Amino acid sequence: MATATTELDLNDPRRRPPLVTGEQDLHSITETVSKIAERPKPPRAWYVAFAIASSLTLMFFSLIGYLVYEGTGIWGNNSPVFWAWPIVNFVFWVGIGHAGTLISAILFLFRQNWRTSINRFAEAMTIFAVICAAIFPGIHVGRVWFAYWLFPLPSTDLAMWPNFRSPLLWDVFAVSTYGTVSLLFWYMGMIPDLATFRDRATGKIRKMLYGIFSLGWTGSARHWSRYEIAYGLLAALAAPLVLSVHTIVSFDFAVSQLPGWHTTIFPPYFVAGAVFSGFAMVVTLMVPAREFFGLKDLVTMRHLENMNKIILATGSMVGYAYAMEFFIAWYSGNGYEQFAFVNRAFGPYAWAYWTMVSCNLLAPQLFWFRKVRTTPWMMVVICIFVNIGMWFERFVICITSLSRDFLPSSWGYYSPTKIDVLMLLGSFGLFFTLFLLFCRYLPIVAMSEVKAYLPDAQPHGDDHH
Amino acid sequence: MATVVEPLTTKQPKTQPVAGWLVQFADAQQLLDAAKKTNAAGLKDLDAFSPYPIHGLDAAVGMRRTRLPWLVLGAGLSGTIIAILLQWWTNAVDYPFLISGKPLFSLPANIPVAFELTILLAAFAAFFGMLAFNGLPRLRNPLFRQPEFRRVTDDAFFLYIPRQTACDTSEQLTKLLDATEVQGVHEIHEDEPAGPLPTVVKYGLIILGTLAMVPPLMVLKAMNEHSEEPRVHIVPNMDFQPQAKPQNPSPFFSDGRAARPQVEGTVAWGDLEEDDAYYRGIRPGGEQPVPARPASFEGGAAEEKASDESAAGSAASDDKAPAAPPQQAEPGANPMEEPEPDWVTQFPLPVTSELMERGRQRYNIYCAVCHGLAGDGDGLVARRAMELQQSTWVPPTSLHSPPVREQPVGKLFNTVTNGIRKMPGYASQITTEDRWAIVLYVRALQRSRHATVGDVPEDLVPQLRDLP
Repeated sequence: MATATTELDLNDPRRRPPLVTGEQDLHSITETVSKIAERPKPPRAWYVAFAIASSLTLMFFSLIGYLVYEGTGIWGNNSPVFWAWPIVNFVFWVGIGHAGTLISAILFLFRQNWRTSINRFAEAMTIFAVICAAIFPGIHVGRVWFAYWLFPLPSTDLAMWPNFRSPLLWDVFAVSTYGTVSLLFWYMGMIPDLATFRDRATGKIRKMLYGIFSLGWTGSARHWSRYEIAYGLLAALAAPLVLSVHTIVSFDFAVSQLPGWHTTIFPPYFVAGAVFSGFAMVVTLMVPAREFFGLKDLVTMRHLENMNKIILATGSMVGYAYAMEFFIAWYSGNGYEQFAFVNRAFGPYAWAYWTMVSCNLLAPQLFWFRKVRTTPWMMVVICIFVNIGMWFERFVICITSLSRDFLPSSWGYYSPTKIDVLMLLGSFGLFFTLFLLFCRYLPIVAMSEVKAYLPDAQPHGDDHH
Repeated sequence: MATVVEPLTTKQPKTQPVAGWLVQFADAQQLLDAAKKTNAAGLKDLDAFSPYPIHGLDAAVGMRRTRLPWLVLGAGLSGTIIAILLQWWTNAVDYPFLISGKPLFSLPANIPVAFELTILLAAFAAFFGMLAFNGLPRLRNPLFRQPEFRRVTDDAFFLYIPRQTACDTSEQLTKLLDATEVQGVHEIHEDEPAGPLPTVVKYGLIILGTLAMVPPLMVLKAMNEHSEEPRVHIVPNMDFQPQAKPQNPSPFFSDGRAARPQVEGTVAWGDLEEDDAYYRGIRPGGEQPVPARPASFEGGAAEEKASDESAAGSAASDDKAPAAPPQQAEPGANPMEEPEPDWVTQFPLPVTSELMERGRQRYNIYCAVCHGLAGDGDGLVARRAMELQQSTWVPPTSLHSPPVREQPVGKLFNTVTNGIRKMPGYASQITTEDRWAIVLYVRALQRSRHATVGDVPEDLVPQLRDLP
């Protein structure tokens, strides 16, 4: 029934389709979303997924323990490739996070109301991705117990300060600010919905926990007024922030003088890639989630199609950047730069380069077809390809440039160790563990926001508008 | 319906006075209309409650626009200022970071951190300011005792009218409201004053607070204490790494040395230095020591005289093996025992006034502290050492002593490069060209002590005669 309505709405260009389908009212939205977290037992698939994800998480943390004890020698990092998988994984995860902030902040500022059903979900993804991302540079320092030296803390025994002209320090500030602001944004958006959970809670523990975390929210008009202003301000702050984060991540590379890294296209190219991979991850997670949790009326095909259009757009931007890199390498007349790019496409890592191109540039082009954009399994397959491709993009950037720089006598070929592979897998485990817990215990759709955009939700004929 | 002002619950503390009334409405439109109406009737401190934000409701209950944006602006600006000051103070003042000759403080490099801190503090202000202005968290609220009020986060709409002179009884309230729209009226009683904390909670907090003090106190104690115990190595294999250190033995290599000698027949990058005269002060092909010849101190030490290479044999000790006991190490004082290389006697680079000036500058920086500005061996370090009567101190040689004056420039250059006796070599600190410049300046110093009128240009001689 719901699908039929969706198709009809989507196909009729004269009508602006409603954001939610299936005769929703205030109470039915509350019911649909709250039931997910209130069910005494989640679906069997949840248990299976959680068992796998939490085992991987456990493995991840055991490996981190091993790393702390044994040192970074357990990784494949070695001369000349000292920035290997840990940095690739870091950039990959930070990029994934960007879609969440983009959906919640930038689409909010542009009054793209269709974001309301998916923003909570995407923001949660941001937080979890940033957690996964922050772990990698943290453990990459080797002596993890000195990681606090990254921050400008006054210290009597060190008697020195970090170098503020280093992009790596900018990165520390950018990623920690990004994580903090995303968390505030996510939590603040959740307060009214946590209050809904509190008011529906039956068990004592649930009542207490949701009660504490909803901070005594009453839905007062005075509170809503300040809340909306604060939310708008946070969105306005988060929008440039999200652009700055991947810009600064790209500075880690672009500010160095390595051929293939030292290019001015990196900031916009990285941001487009981040949005691209982030949206792909949202779709990858959203399609099964709306299936399992019965959210098809709140997260409609229109939402998915819009996201697929964004993936197509950003994917093409990324493809343009690939082409432009080659053009600039030729146009610069710099032999090292030219070699770096010829080496990428036809050198020992050509397999990685062409994996990247086919996953990132070619796969999303299928989204030109409406059929592909609106068929759940097809979009999931393409989005998984995009995620693989975006991981390889960072691999190509990081590894090919480092493995063959100016001096042929110092060239090398990088191979990861088993630990590298297991740690990447483990970070996925952590991400999905957090995600499954989120689906089980927290409001996965912003109920109060969806309610505010229902037809007839707002009073008519008053002078405020 | 509205006439029935019956409390719907027994949970309300009847002993407390009525604080106000909670009036329920069916939808947002009715709530907004009622709020406007009661506000127009002059009632104060109204509040409305809804599951989602309703536009215009804040104004309808008589709320002024919040000052939150100004707070956020202030916090953001202070973030910018803090970040700039932090970067300036840490990297340019407290711990000057000189990297690649870049300025210690440059705004462009500080923009990213300033930007991030601006956003961070502004975001904190937006979130915590919103909570503070809203009086949240507030877990104890008389409204929560009303079971109907739970639906406010689901699908119910309420208007709260506090008890005031214009509306003191439920009858007055009924007159104010449109009976057809009201779904129910609930009497809200004031909260009972909060009792003392339960004993368990009180003592629990005291114990927790005390325990929380333990770690910082331990840190403070450790910081102010000197321990004789060896350091604890939590991760020993990171502290003691099986790596080869220079000058250490290693069982791994057959010769037992950790440091690897250069592979035979190879030259390290930048180490070729083919020009013997320039890099080592030796005549090309003159690495082989020339047979010792008796010292002949006749003849000037002027570098222009190519014939004074015979003086080369006079030096006492081989610089490469400074084994001579320091006290008797006056150069040339001992009879020649070891063969000397064939030192160059002419400068292997053009002698210019720029080179001389450079040499003076370098000499005053590197040499004068011991040898003295005029080369008499009475630099500040030397004088201080003599004052302290350091037994291990070898007084620096006066550059005007005859044996030094006799030395060919190649030998002087070698001494600057590799050191002699207690004097260290300066090759790592002074470039080759600058070492030659220093030698040139030393030659000038030496000549100044033994100059004749004939050395002065003709046209300047009259001036000399006028000197006091």
